[in-house]
Amino acid sequence: MVNNKKSNDNFRHIIQVLWTLVTNAYIIGFIRGKIYQGKIKNVCVPGLNCYSCPGAVASCPIGALQAVIGSYEYKFSFYIAGFFIIIGTFMGRFVCGYLCPFGLFQDLLNKIPLRFKVSTFKFDKILRYFKYLVLIVFVVLMPIFITDIIGQGFPWFCKLICPAGTLEGGVPLVLLNDAMRSTVGLLFGWKFFILIAVIILSVIIYRPFCKYVCPLGAIYSLFNPISAFKYSINTDKCINCKMCAQVCKMGCNPVENPNSLECIRCGKCRSICPEEAIEYTFFNERKKI
Amino acid sequence: MFLKNKSSALTAVTLLAGFLFLFIGVYRGESIIVFEKAVNICLECIGIG
Repeated sequence: MVNNKKSNDNFRHIIQVLWTLVTNAYIIGFIRGKIYQGKIKNVCVPGLNCYSCPGAVASCPIGALQAVIGSYEYKFSFYIAGFFIIIGTFMGRFVCGYLCPFGLFQDLLNKIPLRFKVSTFKFDKILRYFKYLVLIVFVVLMPIFITDIIGQGFPWFCKLICPAGTLEGGVPLVLLNDAMRSTVGLLFGWKFFILIAVIILSVIIYRPFCKYVCPLGAIYSLFNPISAFKYSINTDKCINCKMCAQVCKMGCNPVENPNSLECIRCGKCRSICPEEAIEYTFFNERKKI
Repeated sequence: MFLKNKSSALTAVTLLAGFLFLFIGVYRGESIIVFEKAVNICLECIGIG
């Protein structure tokens, strides 16, 4: 069972790495300290992937949402809402587990051996709601209402919080681009501090950014109960051993709720189940994967 | 059948709504705003602007 769990994890990490490489394939950007400017940037990637990363070949959906609703022309984005609905309805938070570069980054950090790892703590459950607050306040309300003289809003989440932007865009560009380096100030220091905090916390807690802060995870989580790709429990097979709940690093109990808002579809529960009682379904058709 | 029950029907309707929204967004020119933002270095995103 342990081998099964490891091979599932390895398979997932391979997909994560491949996806990160494919969506950040503009290698020349890392050499020149510039970003890709081709047509593919019309479309978004499903995961949190800063479009100012020198390698990024497509757009970040959270950045794109703020760009549209912060523009003086539109205060609602059909384009990005449609994108979220399509991706969310197909796979929900499977994106977090398999298709998010910043999720991969946190996964790898959590593999660093440490004497004490924190699986849960007193305010864990309440803090999970914080990501919905971040989504509403920093991603939606602030870009719409805090605008300049011509009605143009700022991407406040990117500006004040997003550690993915600092990691994927800020750090490489500041290192590679002289003009960028000369403009570094307090804001960069603040964002760098957030990135360091996320790095340290990721070693201790599994995916702290995804659990408590990520507005993209908050959006996709709402689709988990209705997405085409889902988990289901075969009650005839389940022996209620609770191994699935014990192994889940996101703190879910698949037997109680196989489509919890927190489930990132990493598949650890499925691999550990001695009776193979947790099944994938697609449009409620059982799949053997 | 493909749509076995109400849950699958809801999923299918939501998907259709998603595609409809996407097309409306493209028609309104929102993808151009996304493109223009994404092809220039976003100083706010990287912590400089």
